[in-house]
This record gives sequence, structure tokens and C-alpha cells, in this order.
Amino acid sequence: MPRKITYRKALNEGLDEELANDDNVVIIGEEVAEYNGAYKVTEGLWDKWGDKRVVDAPISEAGFIGMGIGASMLGVRPVMELMFFSFAYVAFDQMMNNAATCRYMSGGLINVPIVVRGPANGGTNVGATHSHTPENIFANMPGLKVVSPSTAYDAKGLIKSAIRDNDPVYFMESTVLYGQEWEVPENDEIEGGELLIPLGSADIKKEGTDISLIAHGRAVITALEAAEILSAEHGINAEVVDLRSIRPLDEQTILESVKKTNRAVYIEENKPFCGVGAQIASMIQEKVFDYLDAPVLRISSMDSPAIYSPPLEKAQIPDAALIVKKALSIC
Amino acid sequence: MATKSKPKSSASEYADADINKSLSAEDKIEFLRKMLRIRRFEQESLKNYQVTNKSGGSNIGGFLHVYIGQESIAVGTISLCGENDHVITAYRDHGHALTVGMNMNECMAELFGKATGCSKGKGGSMHYFAPDKNYWGGHGIVAGQTPLGAGLAYGLKYKGLKGCCLCYLGDGAINQGAYHEALNLAELWDLPVIYIIENNGYSMGTSQERSSAHSEKGLAARAEAYGMEWDVINGEDIYEIRAKTQIAVKRAHEECRPTILEIKTYRWEGHSIADANKEKYRTKEEIQKFKDEHDPVQVWKKAMLEEGVITEDDFKQINKEAGEEAKAASKFADESPFPEVSSIQDDIYWEVDNNTEAGRTGRHFFHD
Ligand SMILES: Cc1ncc(C[n+]2csc(CCOP(=O)(O)OP(=O)(O)O)c2C)c(N)n1
Ligand SMILES: [Mg+2]
Repeated sequence: MPRKITYRKALNEGLDEELANDDNVVIIGEEVAEYNGAYKVTEGLWDKWGDKRVVDAPISEAGFIGMGIGASMLGVRPVMELMFFSFAYVAFDQMMNNAATCRYMSGGLINVPIVVRGPANGGTNVGATHSHTPENIFANMPGLKVVSPSTAYDAKGLIKSAIRDNDPVYFMESTVLYGQEWEVPENDEIEGGELLIPLGSADIKKEGTDISLIAHGRAVITALEAAEILSAEHGINAEVVDLRSIRPLDEQTILESVKKTNRAVYIEENKPFCGVGAQIASMIQEKVFDYLDAPVLRISSMDSPAIYSPPLEKAQIPDAALIVKKALSIC
Repeated sequence: MATKSKPKSSASEYADADINKSLSAEDKIEFLRKMLRIRRFEQESLKNYQVTNKSGGSNIGGFLHVYIGQESIAVGTISLCGENDHVITAYRDHGHALTVGMNMNECMAELFGKATGCSKGKGGSMHYFAPDKNYWGGHGIVAGQTPLGAGLAYGLKYKGLKGCCLCYLGDGAINQGAYHEALNLAELWDLPVIYIIENNGYSMGTSQERSSAHSEKGLAARAEAYGMEWDVINGEDIYEIRAKTQIAVKRAHEECRPTILEIKTYRWEGHSIADANKEKYRTKEEIQKFKDEHDPVQVWKKAMLEEGVITEDDFKQINKEAGEEAKAASKFADESPFPEVSSIQDDIYWEVDNNTEAGRTGRHFFHD
């Protein structure tokens, strides 16, 4: 039996391995050290690595992320945790202007090898301020990379690659997934001895022939549920494509899937306006128009700030039933 | 040119500070040369902005924030920098850039938006960089550089290097939250960063009195709220700048602790080139008074004449050379090519520029 670990543990292993791999890697964030992480992603790392490598920051996102960017210019590789990615907004200038544009404005003399990671999801009844999903916002900015893993396996492989990447990577996780388990091989079971997943490579989470359900983050898991229903109840064999990395984007895998199935739905938990799905839908119609048997549909969270009320928030975020309904409308 | 320096200057009580007593005549002349080079470079850039070129436009676009009147600060403070000391500043950055050793050609060409510019025409006036000279910009967002300055200091400390970061900001920048967050981190984590407030009296058209609440001790004294050391410096006197900044540098190097310095100065020109109101929010008389009585170049020149380090002719010669260098830089910039359109998407991702596996995986750009 291959071992199963949680998404949280997978991230923890990835961070631990990268702390071991490179002395310049330092984890900085609120409650990441002595408290073991607000969501326990960094549990045990301070005990193991000590004050220099795992650093508790004051509640000062613009300060410590800006500081991390400055330190990265001298070759430190800060991995900074946002307790919620929603809090990126108080560090927005540092993340958008300084991290993304210093390389460009210096004519390529500088690079900023930072990772900013943390949960970017709704669905936990914490209200609008704590439920933002800004992957589209950051992916809009050339110079930034945006990653959003949907499984423990991907989370581990991608966080390791993100830390080794020499550009700024914003790594968006999900508190809903932290406690869920997936198969993640031990290092000695892997060729090369460690799990590295390149940024910019999508993954077919389920092969199919009739329709492509394309998604990122937790929406991939919902799409897989929908695919089960489509198959069991409607005889439709859906393919589920997980972007994993939004920028860089694995255009090839998406287009190949649509060429095969001739139908596409994009699913995300973000808001609809200028969402990631808009980018993908535009790309599909432009590049494989002749293969399409139906319009490309988009499913996103309802277009309002995240609502608190628990049953209503459930209704706000796309579920499998909605995906099935939309899929049937074009099959 | 005279080569021996008489130690005493009547102009400054700080001439006798140890850090100044050790200066050779050549060192002192170098300060003069550096200040004059900044001044002549910027006067030349103002001209280039205003002239109509062959294509009917200006040679320089956008903003041009001129440092004239403040030259002693960059020259005095950066003269204390050693191998592991780093510099970062805001958009009024030409003076610091020339002082760290960037050359006029690359700086002027950057203003012209040319491929030979220090940032290949991608940064412009506000965004000069020279990491090889420990110079980290050139930042256009008011106070945006202040957490980066703390980060450079963090990097030095992390790597166990004995150095510091001089992080410059304006009197208007001190009210930004990012600055206060950086101050807290700097003191909390004992970072060797020195925040240098160049108080030129105005943030655009708003006088310093109209923008900042502070005790009568001044702007740097806000440091006390963070338990941090601070000082106030008369910016027209290089001896004083060096003597007091050296204390902060020593504190950074030996105790790994931060400092805030407020250096009083004055900008002669408008906020940027397009400051049509430059004589409206302050009087002509006020500007003239600073030019006549507090010009750091003249103050230093007078001290040098008194010390017998230079003669009037030496001064003229240095000034002339600086002017010629600036003119040559204009010629260089003018004759340089613009960057290729194909270069617009270079220098965005390190991995793409270096054609690594990561840079080749997935689509990075979405413009067809
Ligand atoms: C965040 C931000 N707000 C406003 C501006 C526009 N702006 C540029 S410089 C400036 C004045 C800053 O004055 P000060 O800090 O005193 O520096 P000085 O120009 O005097 O060198 C303003 C308002 C900006 N660049 N960034
Ligand atoms: Mg000012």
C-alpha cells in the first residue's frame, strides 16, 4: 500500500526538504515558528531548524514581505507565509511593484527568488475579508508566477519547485484541503530521490472522451466528483484537467484535451469577472475553435463578496451538481 | 592642484572629527568633483528634457526628479560605504547613482530610453539600478523601498557579513505605513539599516509642516517610539554629514542596529520637471536664499579654498570637466539606439531569460 498523507503534511515535508537542501531558504511568517503555524503547515520546523531558519514575524505583511524581497536580492530565499492569502492586499505594493517589476526595471540585473504561500479559498464561513481567491489578480502581472495545487502530491512537488525557482512564486493553497489525504510516495520510491513537479505543467486528473472539465485548486476536486456523477448517472465520460500552475500555463495539455473531447467547461472558486476561466476560454476558442461542438462554459463562485452564512456560502461556491448541470447543457 | 590638506576648516565644527581628519586632499576634492558631476549631469538632463529633438519631441519622457541642492547628502553619506555596505533610494535617484560609481553615459542613455541605458531603457529616471555597485534602485513608489532596505540589511545579517544598508527616503515618505512597518522590523530584529530622511522641506507642493505630525525634535525623533537611535544633520556640511552618519554606520557594523537620520536640505528645482507651481507653494525669495546661502557645493568649495585644498582655478577646471562629461553623455545617449521591440519581453522572468528547464516549461507570456 502506498502511503497516504495530508495536503498539510505534504507541504510540511516539502518545506522541510528545501530547508535541508539550501541554507539560504528561510521561512518567515506570522505564527510559523513557535506556534507551529496557524494551520500547522510549518509544524515542527522551528523545533528542527531553529530561530535562524524559521522566523515568527509580527503582523506586518507589507513589512516582512517587502523585507523578504529585499533579502532575496542578496541571495536569501525567503518562503513567506500569509496566514490567509486575503492578507496579501495589505502587502499589495510590495508583491506587485517590488517583487514583480524590479527585475524588469533593472534591465534584468536583479531577480527576486521568493515564495509567498498560504491558503486562498472560501468555503469556511469566515466572511468576505478572509475568503479572497486572488490567483487571477496576481497572474495578471508579468514577472509573477502563480501556483494552486489541488492534491497533497502536487502540493509537495510544486512547493519544492517553487522554492527552487528564481522568480517570485505566489503559492495558493486551501484550508479545506489541508486535512485531506492523498497518496504521496516516500522519497526512496521516487526516481531521483525526491518529488519535484515543474511549474507550468498541467495534470490530467481523470482521462475521458466526452467533455473537458478544466479547473485549478479545490475546484479540481469538485470537478472529479462531478465526473463521477456524469459517468454513473449520464453515461458521460468527462476528462478532468488540473492546471496546477496558472502562470506559467500548460496550454498544450488543455488544448489537447479539448481537441479530444470537443467540449470544455472551466471551473474555479474565484469570482467570474476576468477570472482565470476567462483567460482559458478565450484561449480555447481562439486556438481550437474548429474542434468545438459547443460554447466554452465557465463556472465560478457567485458574483458577490463571500457570504458568511454557512448554508449560503455552500450555495455560493460551485458544487458537483452545478458542474453536472452545466456539463449536461452542452453534451 | 594642491595635494596637502590643512586640517582645519572655519566652516564646520565637524572638520576635526576623526572620520574627517583622516581625509586626504584628494578625498576632499573628490567630494567636490562628485557633487559637481551630479549638478552638471542634472542641468544637462533638464536641457535635454526641454529641447525639441529631430522628431519634434523631447529627448526624455515622463518624470525627471532633480537632486540639485541635495548633492552633499549622497556624496557625504556614500563616502562612508565599504565593500558590504548597500544603498537603496527613491525616485530622486540620479545623485546616488552617480555617487556609487554609475557612469553618466549609462545614466543619460536611460533617460533617453536607449538600449545602452543602465536598465536598457526599461526603468527610466526613477529606476536606476547597479547591483554590482551595491546599488538597489531607484524606486518610484513613495516609501516602497523602505522594507526592501530592511531586507538588504536582513540579507547581510543572515549571511554573516559586516555591512549595512543606507536607505534614503523623503520627508513626505515618512508617513507611509510601509516605512513604519520597516522601522518596527529593523529595531525588533536588530537590522543594520540606516534610514536617511532627506528633508528638503516639501513633498511635491506640500510643505513638511503641512504633512507630518512630530515632536519638536524633528522627523527622525519618531525613532524613539521604536526605541531606535536617531540624529539630525545639517545637510549643507559634508563634514557634519560624515561625522554623524559614521556613528550610525559604526552602530550598524558593530552592534547590528538601525538608526534614523534626518538630513536637512533643500531642492532647488520643481518636484519633477512638470512642476509648474514650483514657485507658488514657496516664494522666489526662499529659493534664492537657499541658492545664495546654503548651496552645498559653494559651502564645500569655500571650505576647500579656506583649507588651501583647491584654488579658484581648480574649481573652475573641475566644474568644466563635469560639464564636458555631461555633454558627452548627451551625445552618447543621443547616438545610442533605442531597444528593439523584441526586447520588451526580456528581463521579466529569470528562468526564461536564462533558458532553463523551468523557463521553457509552460507558457509565460500571453501576448500573441
Ligand atoms: C505611493 C505613492 N503616492 C504618491 C506618489 C506621487 N509622489 C511622488 S513623489 C511625491 C512626493 C514625495 O515627497 P518626499 O517624500 O518629501 O520626497 P522628495 O520628492 O521631496 O524627494 C509624491 C506625492 C507616489 N509616487 N507614490
Ligand atoms: Mg521632500
